[in-house]
Amino acid sequence: MEAASGNFVDFRDVWLAYNDELAAREEFAVEDITLSTRDGEFIAIVGPSGCGKSTFMKLATGLKRPTRGRVSIAGQPVTGPLKIVGMAFQAPTLLPWRTTLDNVLLPLEIVEPYRSSFKARRQEYAARARKLLATVGLQGYEDKFPWQLSGGMQQRASICRALIHEPRMLLLDEPFGALDAFTREELWNVLRDLWTAQRFNVILVTHDLREAVYLADTVYVMSKRPGRILAQKQIPLPRPRDLEITYTEPFTALVHELRERIGSIRKA
Amino acid sequence: MASRTAERFAPLILLAGILLLWEIVCRALSVSEFVLPTPSSIAVALVEFAGPIVTNAWRTFWTTMIGFGLSIVVGVVLGFVIGSSKFAYSAMYPLLTAFNSVPKAALVPILVVWFGIGAGPAILTAFLISFFPIMVNIATGLATLEPELEDVLRVLGAKRLDVLLKVGLPRSMPYFFASLKVAITLAFVGTTVSEMTAANEGIGYLLISAGSSMQMGLAFAGLVVVGAMAMVMYELFSVVETRTTAWAHRGSNAH
Repeated sequence: MEAASGNFVDFRDVWLAYNDELAAREEFAVEDITLSTRDGEFIAIVGPSGCGKSTFMKLATGLKRPTRGRVSIAGQPVTGPLKIVGMAFQAPTLLPWRTTLDNVLLPLEIVEPYRSSFKARRQEYAARARKLLATVGLQGYEDKFPWQLSGGMQQRASICRALIHEPRMLLLDEPFGALDAFTREELWNVLRDLWTAQRFNVILVTHDLREAVYLADTVYVMSKRPGRILAQKQIPLPRPRDLEITYTEPFTALVHELRERIGSIRKA
Repeated sequence: MASRTAERFAPLILLAGILLLWEIVCRALSVSEFVLPTPSSIAVALVEFAGPIVTNAWRTFWTTMIGFGLSIVVGVVLGFVIGSSKFAYSAMYPLLTAFNSVPKAALVPILVVWFGIGAGPAILTAFLISFFPIMVNIATGLATLEPELEDVLRVLGAKRLDVLLKVGLPRSMPYFFASLKVAITLAFVGTTVSEMTAANEGIGYLLISAGSSMQMGLAFAGLVVVGAMAMVMYELFSVVETRTTAWAHRGSNAH
């Protein structure tokens, strides 16, 4: 078994067309993706808009099955939605009729084994959610409604919702794309700290190269549709990293190098 | 604060102004009572025939409420079905739209054949005319879920029903209450229209008999009563709406 080699995410020659008709015409959303990550690795996928980054996410969560090739997560071939995954998107998608706390608790009302014990152990779960909210700086906002929070706070809550069931993998689809630059950098650190403490696997899809270099262990560059992985770049910057590092020469050089790869995609 | 009070009383002031103008025009041009009675003679008729008006209004009220209750049940169930399944939507929606464009007054004679003269046709007409907006609004609320949110929940192993109950239904509640306000006024229209040809009781019946005996004051009094009942129910649902779905109306009331 290839999957037994200690890889967490393992894509082998994965192709995906959204339906049979497109497959027959050889029109794929992503092509020939081969990629693997170590357990606990933080990877970022960068590329131009519409390059199939979101398709990649759907494959990694089991929401879509590949047309060709195979996807394994944690040594298991993916055959359906994966419960060990938490997801957050550019839009926080919090439910406006629930308080921040109840929004964060939502996954526990759905995913087993929490679901069946939710009513009985609600106090305990609420305490856990409060603790998690406190670690991202949302102490005191548990009983506020989403529309009473700023965009950055909503996004923090959304990340908490993705992590409440202690998933082994966190998938983030341009999670900071709609935030202002200062809030974005603040949330980079929030994510960095959560990851440092819990060491879940992260796939961060973004088009912000500085974000990718600052946070990730490995950055993958994807081409325009059909999406292919054009380059893989290890980020050798020492951890823990803080924002100062983004003004240093090695950091800028890495960003610059990735930028050039994207530039060459555009020309091709 | 002053402008708030003014806003609250504005409809009453406008109503008073219209009534006053109506009275003045009728008197100045000496319009015949048989063509257009003055507001004051309508008021006199309201008092004079208070007994029969109340009996008939009560009849119209409860038939409307039964029909409206039916349309909530059927509207919510149908809306849930077509809003949660694309297949059911494409199968049923064109037929329902076609049915909705049939004038409901035209169904009354058929309902009379089936159920006889009385409350039956009135209840059913109220129901048939008012379930459609409820159904459409529930369906819209369910069908416009954010796909990202659906993904978040599906990854966790949520069944379609989980998504509908946890997210879809709460989300469609503001649409639901908005539709109730439209539907209740339609239900009163349905009952009244049906009573005009297929009942021996109710405001519709009162309108027809007052008209045929040239008691224009009474006819207008009947209109006033049915309008007032519909308005009160509308306001009632407005209050329920803002109470239960405040999260959707946060722009309009300061929090």
